[in-house]
Order: sequence, then C-alpha cells, then structure tokens
Amino acid sequence: MIMLKIDNVTVKFGGLTAVNSFKLELTKGEIVGLIGPNGAGKTTVFNVITGVYKPTEGKITFIKDKSKINITGLRPDQISKLGICRTFQNIRLFKDLTVLENVFIGNHLRIKSNIFSSILRLPNYTREEREMYEKSMYLLERVGLTKEKDEKAYSLPYGKQRRLEIARALATNPSILLLDEPAAGMNPQETKELMKFIESIKDEFDLTIFLIEHHMEVVMGICKRILVLDYGISIAEGSPREIQNNPKVVQAYLGVE
Amino acid sequence: MNMSIQDFLQHLTNGISLGSLYALISIGYTMVYGILRLINFAHGDIFMLGAYITYYGLVFTSIPWWLVFILSAVITGLLGVLLERAAYKPLRNSPRITVLISAIGASFFLENLGTVVFGGRPKAFPTPSIFNSVVRIGGVSIVGVTFIIPAITIVLLILLNYFTKRTKTGMAMRALSKDYEAASLMGIDINKIISVTFLIGSFLAAVGGIMWGTKFPQLMPLMGMMPGIKCFIAAVIGGIGNITGAVIGGFILGLGEIMIVAFLPGLTGYRDAFSFVFLIIILLLKPTGLMGENMTEKV
Amino acid sequence: MKYKKKYKKKSNSILYICIFLVILYILNKTLDPYKLRILNLCGIYVVLGLSLNLINGFTGLFSLGHAGFMAIGAYTTALLTMPPAMKEMNFFMQPIVPFLANVEWSFLPALLMGGLVSAIMGFLIGAPVLKLTDDYLAIATLGFAEIIRVVFTNLQSITNGALGLKGIPATTNVWWSWGMAILTILLLKYLMKGSYGIAFKSIKDDEIAAQAMGINLFKHKIMSFTIGSFLAGIGGGLLGNLLGTIDPNMFRFPLTFNILLIVVLGGLGSIKGTTVAAVIITIMMEALRFLDESINLGFISFEGIPGMRMVVFSVLLMAVVIFRKEGLLKES
Repeated sequence: MIMLKIDNVTVKFGGLTAVNSFKLELTKGEIVGLIGPNGAGKTTVFNVITGVYKPTEGKITFIKDKSKINITGLRPDQISKLGICRTFQNIRLFKDLTVLENVFIGNHLRIKSNIFSSILRLPNYTREEREMYEKSMYLLERVGLTKEKDEKAYSLPYGKQRRLEIARALATNPSILLLDEPAAGMNPQETKELMKFIESIKDEFDLTIFLIEHHMEVVMGICKRILVLDYGISIAEGSPREIQNNPKVVQAYLGVE
Repeated sequence: MNMSIQDFLQHLTNGISLGSLYALISIGYTMVYGILRLINFAHGDIFMLGAYITYYGLVFTSIPWWLVFILSAVITGLLGVLLERAAYKPLRNSPRITVLISAIGASFFLENLGTVVFGGRPKAFPTPSIFNSVVRIGGVSIVGVTFIIPAITIVLLILLNYFTKRTKTGMAMRALSKDYEAASLMGIDINKIISVTFLIGSFLAAVGGIMWGTKFPQLMPLMGMMPGIKCFIAAVIGGIGNITGAVIGGFILGLGEIMIVAFLPGLTGYRDAFSFVFLIIILLLKPTGLMGENMTEKV
Repeated sequence: MKYKKKYKKKSNSILYICIFLVILYILNKTLDPYKLRILNLCGIYVVLGLSLNLINGFTGLFSLGHAGFMAIGAYTTALLTMPPAMKEMNFFMQPIVPFLANVEWSFLPALLMGGLVSAIMGFLIGAPVLKLTDDYLAIATLGFAEIIRVVFTNLQSITNGALGLKGIPATTNVWWSWGMAILTILLLKYLMKGSYGIAFKSIKDDEIAAQAMGINLFKHKIMSFTIGSFLAGIGGGLLGNLLGTIDPNMFRFPLTFNILLIVVLGGLGSIKGTTVAAVIITIMMEALRFLDESINLGFISFEGIPGMRMVVFSVLLMAVVIFRKEGLLKES
C-alpha cells in the first residue's frame, strides 16, 4: 500500500536547480534511505515534502485511509496534522522549554479543546492535558529521557537532544516519519542502539520511515531501499547491495578521476 | 478642484524638497539595516542632533556658515559611530528583539537628553540669507531653499554612489549587506565597515537636519521622531537595504504627503497618517519593497 | 502525592490573595489621595505590563502598538460611562454621534466592552500584520497605533477630537485596578501553563520547528495578539476612568515605551517579574519626578514629560538589555 507519492518534483531557487524531477513512492512499513554527497539536495527533498518549500514543478500526494490528498504547497503545520512529521539536520528543539514540554507540545496539534477551556481548566481540557502528559511521559521513557524531563532542552548533551527530537516528532502521531541525519555525531555504540530503536518504533507505532543519513552502516543496515541523490538528480535506486555495487554511486561520492 | 498652475508648481517643488530631505535621512536607515538587520530607531534623533549642533555653531561662533554646516555634519557622523559602539556593538550576537529594545532605549535617551541640554522650547534656526532669497520663475515665487535642498541631495547621492561602487570600503559595505557571514570570512574588518556605515548614514542625516532647519526653522528636541519614523517607512517602501530604493521611497513619501494634502485639503488632519498607510499597503502587497530582493531563511 | 502538592499550592495562592486583599483594604482606608492614585496606577500597569508581556515576552511578537489599543479601551469605556449631560458639555464643537449620546453604562460592562473593541481591533490589525518578521512587525504596529491616534484626533463627533474627554466618572478604585490585576495574573498563569501557552512559547523559541510540529503559527499568533489587545483595552479603560480626562496625545509611543520598560526590566516572559517591575517602575516614575526640569502640567500625561527622569529610565533600559538580558529580577 503506497503512502506517499512524489511525482517529478523540481525545486528551483532562482537560477539554481536544487532538486530535479525527483520521483519516489513510499510503501507502508518501509524504511527508505536517501543518501548522496553534501549539497546534493537531500534536505531540500525533505523540505518540499513537509511544506517548507513549494516545488517549482511536480506534485506530492499523500494517501491516507484510501483517499488521495494532494499536499503540494500545503503549509508545514497542515502537513504535520495529516501525519507526516520530521526531525531536523541541525536539531531544532525548543531550547528554553523543558524536555517534557518539548515532547508535550508535539501533542498540541491534535487538541480539541479551545483556548478558553485551557484558561478556565474545564474538565474537557484537563482530561486531554492529562492524556497528552501521559503519552509524553511514555515517549520520554521510550527514548530514555525520563530523568531529564524537567531540564531545559539546551542543557542536554548532543546525543540526547537527537533522541528528544525523535520523541517530539513521535508525539505528533505521524504515519510517515522523516529523519534527517539521526545518527549524526553518534559513536558506534550509540549508532547500533539507534538502528535498533528505529526499527522498534517503526513496529510499535506503525510507521513508514524515510531517512537521510551519511552513516553508511545505518543506511545499509536498516533500509530496505535506498535512493541516491547527486546535484539534485536521482542517480540510483535499489537495495543496499545494488547501491553498493553501482559505479555511478561510487563516482558521485569519490569524484571522477 | 480649483488649483492654478502656480499653486501646483509650488506644491510640486515643496514635495521635491521634502522628498529630498526624507531621502537623505532614509539612506542612513537602509544602509544600517542592510548590514546589521537593525532598525536604528535613534537615527531620527541623530538628524535632530545635526540640526542643533549647527544651530550652536551658527549662533555662538563666528565660523562662516558653510563651514559650520560641514563641521556639524562631520561631528554628527562621529556621534553616530559612538552610538553604534555604545548601544549596538555589545549586542551583535543577541536576538533581534534585544537589539531593537536597545535601539528604542537609545532613541529615547537622545530625545530626553536633548530636552535636558537644549531645553524644550523651540529654537529659531538662523538660516543664512542665501536660502531665503526668492526667485521668480514664470509667475511663481520660489524660495532659494527649494532648489538648494534637492541640489545638495543630488550631489551627495552622486558622491555616495561613487563611493559604494568604486572604493574598496564601499564594496566591502555592499558585500557585508549581501552576505554577512561570507563577507566576514573574506577578511573584511567588520567593525571598521560598520563604523563607516554609521558615519556616512549619520553624516547624511545631519545634512538632512541642517537643510530641514533652513526650511522649517523651528528646532525642537523631538523634531526627529516623526521624520525618523517616516524615513524608516520610506526605506521599507523602497526596499530595505537598497540605497536607490531608499531615495525613491523618500521622494514618494515627501511628494505624496504634500500632494495628497494639496489635492484633498479635507485630509490635512490625517497628513501624518499617510506614511503609515503607505507602509501597511506596501508590507501587505510587496513586503520586500519596490526594489527589494527576497531573503529566504535556510532550514 | 502529586495531588497533595497541587492542593497545597492552590491553598497557598488563595491565602496569599486573601492577605493581599486585606492589605489593600487597609491601604485604601489609610493612604492620601495622591498615594492612592499611585497605588491604582500600579495595579493598572500590572495589567498593561502583562498584556504586553504575553505578546512580546511569551510569544515573541515585537509589537509596539500597545498605546493604540489602550486608547481604544480608554475611549470606549469613557464614552460608555459618561453621563449624557457631561458628554453634551464636552462635545461643544461638534455634537456627539447620536447612538452614543444617551448611553450610560455601569463600569463593568463598559470596561469589558472596552476590552472587546480593543480585541476586535487587535484581530483586524493582527490579521495582515502578524505575518511580518520582527522589525517590520514593530514598525507596522507602531504605524497602526499612530493611525489610531490620528483618526481619534480627527473624529470630532465620536471622540471629541483633539479636545479629548473631560469629566470621565472616576469609577476606578483599588478594587477595580488590583482586582483586574489579580485576574490578569491568574489568566496569564493558567494560560501559559496550558497547552496553548506552551505553544506560544514554542513559537517564540523556534517558529520553523513549531510549524513543523503542527502548530498553526498564524492562528496562535492572532490568539496571543487578540488576548493581549483585550487586556490592553481593559488597562486603558481603567486608566481613563482613573485620570478623569483623556486625549489622543496621551496615547503615543512614550506610553508604549513605559510598558516596554516594565516588561524588559521585569524579564521578558516572566509573570512575577512583570508584576514586580510594574509596581516598582510606577513608583519610581513618581519618585523621580524631581529630576524633571520642566514644569509639570499636572499628572495627566506619562508621555512627553521631558527631562532627566526619562534619561535615567532609558539608560536603565539599555543597561539591562546590554548587561543583564534576563531582566533585573530573577525568573523563578
């Protein structure tokens, strides 16, 4: 069952073409990897899926509950509400909020009570709030950050910040999760744990995962399918084995002699 | 609508004069914003200081007026540099709101300091007689000032244009304004360039203040407030960061203000509001201004 | 365990409020009119400070238009509470618009109406303007405040133009000013504790991340701005009915500056800080009057009273902002 269809998407910034005729179909339950040299346009693809950029050409369709939704040009918050959420390459946590608040606010997009019930603390709001906190605490436990729940996000070490970002994204209840370099800055031990973690959350939360990574062991380890991007163009697509043996991919990374 | 050709020409020349004054002041705003992304709220007060320093120079010294003008403008330029060092430099890495608050504080400080030092009562600017000489053209009497202001403005603009396009410092200024990080990595002395920017902007504002004094000879400590805000609006209308845009914006506001009141005298009470209405319209239709470029944030 | 803690906290707060009300009662009986006026002003500035803090400090929207919303609140409340005879005396240049001529409301509905009209204007102004970035938002809101002032100066038959309104019923007393202050403190406390308040803070922290987490930026910014404008209108209404006379020139940028001063010195985003700063600064503004050289034209305008006093305050503002960004009072 296809969840996301990216159809010939091109993103141009003035004279520069960052992404050229990108095509992708994500099937439910897959973990797909996006790799390529720096500046290839990988984060741009994420940005266009999540609505940060509007594609110059092309169409993106999200298939949910059997209905096709055209998400091209929608705002990021609208896209998140539909069920596509992301993490950021440079980590964009809410620095001055606590760890718990960071995850808690991920729940906010689904809140049904209005602002007045929250001020007056009416029962319909307090009930929702309690559920949101319970869910947030569970997610914190899942990523191993329960102890730090009341600390400010900026005070966490780098590795924990990455985990917090994932917990926050999970709080939005996504069906598709986009991870932008989740293993960046991690040592081999942490990387192994991350790989196990990604696979387990995929199963537990019924996710489809699309990830950008430079750590090849992560990509080759957990991705069923890999796309390779170079100068904005998709130059290869296939299983980890196929990609490793593809001469064009090697050339893109190592340069032409 | 009963307006004679003479009246129309009178209004037109007034509009051009006012437009020139606004243009001179707007340039300072746009140059500072272009590099520091900062609204220098105190710029209007620099304009005021220029006028007052000239006043004291004319009244209490026997230096010839043209020299007083030049010296005041230079001194005011240096005061602008001092302002930057005191209020903005310490906050160069702080969030924008903090710097804006410092700018507001600086503006308030100068206005009230001016009140304390100069006194709140209006002072009469001793305009040199050449500015008040009347010329008759085609049945219309025009005061000399009306020509001198645009003339000086044009000369200064030509000089400024030469400076930014042909000199090394000028090019460094433009580089910093296009891409701050890249430019600083190129070994440009940021502090020096920023100081030069403030120097030039304040110098021009001071010239504006002096010319303003010749045209509207009543000086008050708060005289910079309204023109200050209007000139920032002019800079935004023209496209913030773009010097040509600031000049165009200045003329649009100056001419607009005069002409609208001339043609619709019933709206005179709303004169001050026009700039703000222009601003809101531009911000809604083309926020980057008439000549501005889009600046996208990298995600 | 958690329940017990919450219960204790709540009963503590109620205790504090009761103690405060008793103190207020005593002060109300014992202070002379001049000091009583200052006490009222302190309460009003708590409301105003918190209303600006919600917009600027918590949500990160640099709005400089507060004086405009205060004007709307002040004029609405004044016109609704003034007896018809007083209105007739005021509007001698041009008679007041008929639908306002004979209305005379009691204070509470008039005050709420002032807040409501302000909130509506906040919504209308915010809708186009809140999409702009920091600096442009500042200038645009400043512009709107000026437009409001100019419009008020010219609408002779509604606002009495530049003459202003005199003889506004002095209905503001310590119970109103501080009652509203306490309500505002509670409102903000509960708002910021809840989901929407945290959403506001997240917008201030990182707009792009907030949006990526599904938060509708525009909707939330408008909410914050509208609530802030509502409170500013209430503050304005309280102010007008305290001073007894208002005119458009009162509601200019220096008034916004005073409130900004309170918010910055108290610490952006701190309810406690703003409250304490409001009281301290209001008192200091009075106490430092002796620094002014000019003749005071009465207590009326906080704006445009020139001189050393504001020099001191502006230096204070810049010093805090440059050297101690968290404000003078530590955040809890």
